Amino acid sequence: MANKIYPDAAAALDGLLHDGMMIMAGGFGLCGIPEKLIGAIRESGFNALTIVSNNAGIDGAGLGLLLESRQIRKMISSYVGENKLFADLYLKGELELEFNPQGTLAERIRAGGAGVPAFFTKTGVGTLVAEGKELREFDGETYVMERGLIADLAIVHAWKGDREGNLVYRKTARNFNPVMATAGKVTVAEIEQLVEPGEIEPDEIHTPGIFVQRIVHYPTYEKRIEQRTVRKRGA
Amino acid sequence: MPWSRDDMARRAAAELKDGHYVSNFIPPGITVQLQSENGMLGMGPFPFEGEEDPDLINAGKQTITELPTTSYFDSAQSFGMIRGGHIDLSILGAMQVAENGDLANWMIPGRMVKGMGGAMDLVAGVKRVVVLMEHTAKNEPKLLHRCTLPLTGAGVVDTVITDLGVFAIDKKAGTMELIELAPDVSLDEITEKTEASFRVRPGLE
Repeated sequence: MANKIYPDAAAALDGLLHDGMMIMAGGFGLCGIPEKLIGAIRESGFNALTIVSNNAGIDGAGLGLLLESRQIRKMISSYVGENKLFADLYLKGELELEFNPQGTLAERIRAGGAGVPAFFTKTGVGTLVAEGKELREFDGETYVMERGLIADLAIVHAWKGDREGNLVYRKTARNFNPVMATAGKVTVAEIEQLVEPGEIEPDEIHTPGIFVQRIVHYPTYEKRIEQRTVRKRGA
Repeated sequence: MPWSRDDMARRAAAELKDGHYVSNFIPPGITVQLQSENGMLGMGPFPFEGEEDPDLINAGKQTITELPTTSYFDSAQSFGMIRGGHIDLSILGAMQVAENGDLANWMIPGRMVKGMGGAMDLVAGVKRVVVLMEHTAKNEPKLLHRCTLPLTGAGVVDTVITDLGVFAIDKKAGTMELIELAPDVSLDEITEKTEASFRVRPGLE
C-alpha cells in the first residue's frame, strides 16, 4: 500500500510548489480551511500565486496570512468582504481579483474535476459576469457558458482520513473541500483524525482516496470563529 | 404610518408556505426548512453560550446549530439545489429594483466591491424571489424604470416589500403592480417616491 502520510505540512507540500502556480484552497470563511497547509505555503515563500477560494480569509488568519506576505497575485473568489488588507492591496493594484458567483465557482471546480471543460448556467445572464462569454438558448431560456477549472494543487481540510486518502468532513466545514479535492492535479489533505483503512464505513466516505495524493495529520487546529452568535438560556 | 422593519419582516413571512424550502430568511411560526448556501439544509438557532462549534456556521459566518431534519452537503450540491430550482423562496435586500424585475444588490462602481457571493445564483435559480428593502435611499427612489447599478440578475424579482407597500412584478410582461399599501400611506405618497411605472390593484385606494 502506498504511504500517503507525510510527517508535517511542509513535507506534504515538498516539491509541489512553484512561483506563479494555481492553488485551490477549501473553506467557507474560516470554516474548514486547510490552516496548517496555508501556514506551510507561507513558510515556503513561493509567490505570484493564483488562489481559488470562496473567500480570502481575514486579517491575520487563513488566506489573510498569504496576503500579508504578498504571496498572492490573483484571487478567484465569490466574496472577499471580511478583509481590510485585501481591499488595500486591490485598490493599490497589487492584487488581481476575479469574482465568480459562488455556485458558478463551485460548479467550475466540480466540472474541472469531472473532466467537463465547460457548462451552461442561467446564473449571471444579463450581468457583468456574462460579458465576453458565449450565450446559448436552451428550451427558450438564455444560458451563459462557464469553463471547468483545474488547479496545479488543491489543499483541503477534512475531519477524518485513512492511509488510503479516504476522507470524511464534519458539518459545514465540508463546503468547497470535496469538490476541490477532485480538481487539483495533486491534492493534499490535512486531517484531524487518522484512522486505519476499514475504520470508516465505506458508505460514509465523502471523498474516495483516489482524489488524494498526500495526507498530513495534526490533532489540533486553531479553528477561529468569525461571528460568534449565541442565544441566552431561556426559562 | 409606514411599516417598521419588523412589520416588513412579518409581511415577508406571509409569503412563506408550510413545508417550503427557503434560502436566506428566518421566519416566525411556521415550519420551513432553511437552506444555508455553505452546505446545510435545516438550519437551527444560534447555540447556547459555550456550545459554539467552529465547524457549524451559516452563510453569514455566524455560529448556528443543527436540527433533527438537518443535512450537510458540499458547495457544488448546495448550489445545485439552488440553481436546479429546488428552493421555493429566497428573500434578499436590494439597492435597486426595476419595474421589469431587474435586481441590483452587489456592486457600486468605483467603490471597493466585496463580491456577489451566492446572490446571482439565488436569483437565477430559486422559484420565487422576494426583495425586502426601504422604499427610498436618502430620499431617492430605489424602484426604478431601469436599474443604473450593475445587475445581480435580469428579470428575476417576483415581489418587492418596502416600508410603504408591496409590489408584484410580472416578469414575462415586464410590469409592476402595487398590491398593498402600508397603513396610512397614501397612493400619492408612494407614487411620488417611486420612479418605476406601476398599475394599482383595483380597490386599493
